[in-house]
Amino acid sequence: MLAISDLHVAYGQSEVLHGLNVAVAPNEIVAIMGRNGMGKTTLMKSLMGIIPTKSGSVSMEGAELSTLKSYERVAKGLAYVPQGRMIFSSMTVKENIETGLVASGERDVPGDIYELFPVLLEMKGRRGGNLSGGQQQQLAIARALATKPKVLLLDEPTEGIQPSIIKEMARTLKQIRDTRGLSIIVSEQVLSFALDVADRVLVIENGEIVRDDPRDVVDAEQISKYLSV
Amino acid sequence: MFGDYSIGDLGSIFVMQGFAGLILFSVYVLMALGLAIIFGQMGVINMAHGEFMILGAYVTWMTSNFFQAFLPSLFSGYFFVAMILAFFASGALGMLVEWALIRHLYKRPLDTLLATWGLSLILQQAYRSIFGAREVGVELPQWMLGSQKVTDSIEVPINGIFVMCLTLLITIAVAYVMYKSRWGRQVRAVVQNRIMAGAVGINTERVDCYTFGLGCGIAGIAGSAFTMIGSTGPTSGQLYIVDTFLVVVFGGAASLVGTIASAFSISQTQSTLEFFMSGSMAKVLTLLAVVGILMLRPQGLFALKVRK
Ligand SMILES: Nc1ncnc2c1ncn2[C@@H]1O[C@H](COP(=O)(O)OP(=O)(O)O)[C@@H](O)[C@H]1O
Ligand SMILES: [Mg+2]
Repeated sequence: MLAISDLHVAYGQSEVLHGLNVAVAPNEIVAIMGRNGMGKTTLMKSLMGIIPTKSGSVSMEGAELSTLKSYERVAKGLAYVPQGRMIFSSMTVKENIETGLVASGERDVPGDIYELFPVLLEMKGRRGGNLSGGQQQQLAIARALATKPKVLLLDEPTEGIQPSIIKEMARTLKQIRDTRGLSIIVSEQVLSFALDVADRVLVIENGEIVRDDPRDVVDAEQISKYLSV
Repeated sequence: MFGDYSIGDLGSIFVMQGFAGLILFSVYVLMALGLAIIFGQMGVINMAHGEFMILGAYVTWMTSNFFQAFLPSLFSGYFFVAMILAFFASGALGMLVEWALIRHLYKRPLDTLLATWGLSLILQQAYRSIFGAREVGVELPQWMLGSQKVTDSIEVPINGIFVMCLTLLITIAVAYVMYKSRWGRQVRAVVQNRIMAGAVGINTERVDCYTFGLGCGIAGIAGSAFTMIGSTGPTSGQLYIVDTFLVVVFGGAASLVGTIASAFSISQTQSTLEFFMSGSMAKVLTLLAVVGILMLRPQGLFALKVRK
């Protein structure tokens, strides 16, 4: 579905990602684990075309993405839930979701989005900035789904979310994958969440992928060593 | 200075000068609206905004001449055609300028100031070469001339009322587009978070281009209104750009109500004082008042309240 090969990304002169190789299969959920500063957000942003690719390639179903602008990548089927959620805080919940419709070309918010997140239907007239953290996270996911993606990127979705809601989010993500048949790449620091959702767990360390294990053979203890400071 | 007038006279003077200031008010509102849209969208202060207005004024003048020469029977309606043409002419020039010049300078605010200032000089020279250095005046159709008598001492100019109604209509239309349409939603998303707007699939560059065009197009309509209060020359726009900045700052950036209130108070003060003293003295007093109020309220009349 999505193939990242030999991806190098730099801020000015300082290279942060040193040649990543990741292939994501259709319908697969991949978790990328790593401590703060290891390059997770940089990877997500470069996949979205927010920071330029230095060299290497990102392709989706064979089409090269790395030279495209953000909105063109969205049109090709990539969607993004950024770290910190970045919802449009002075726009209403409904308007926030509708910004994603530009890419899908639909006029109205599809009903299945509200079915997935009933609380957003309840609050659709509220300003996004007045929602709680968990609700904002749902809104950011809904906005991304409105673009009808094939691959959904989530950057640390559990950051700043209550533990009780984290469990539910794992369930929602799997449900999204099952009903919509899309692939998900999620970056995380919370191992239990990753083990809950992912089919495959990768570890990123200083801009390189150092582990890549299918879910059933994951050695949780090994991975948590990479996560502790 | 008020001593020579009776209370009744003073009342009439205020009301009549108030109505006389309506066209100025309309020009200010339209100019400030365009300037604020462009600044809000891309952080560009368009120093050439006055020249976009003057383009609209020249278009109005040409339309009026065209109707006089070829369609005299339809002359009474030329102003509507002129306004639409002015909007599209200034809007198209705005989009061209955005595409050719501004978009290369987005991350350099100081450079956009210089570039748009340079553009204003280029446009002035272009007007001088094309239309001549002499100022031109526009003839109004019969029905817009004259005024409506309200009481014995109060008369209301018809063109003032007409232009003000149009301005309010345009303001409402712009607000509707910004808050209700798909396109307006895209504009607001880009204003809030440009990077994220791109990452949800909005073509931010196209939004920029159309927004710049819209702002300039509204300036073109202001130019149409302007032909009723002043004669049009290559440098006439210069006089209005400073006043417009004043309106925007005084109103508090990013507030539509503030912009309207500020345009109203500045144009009315100006117009009323002009009755009692020379125009430049009136301007000095208006400026002093604005500076004084801004010292007490640096955020402008109406600051937008948002949760951070
Ligand atoms: N805008 C930036 N300019 C320069 N270096 C940056 C910038 N953003 C992040 N970095 C560096 O890139 C590395 C990876 O950061 P990041 O991708 O944010 O990590 P993570 O999301 O895994 O916490 C860090 O060393 C960080 O200091
Ligand atoms: Mg991060």
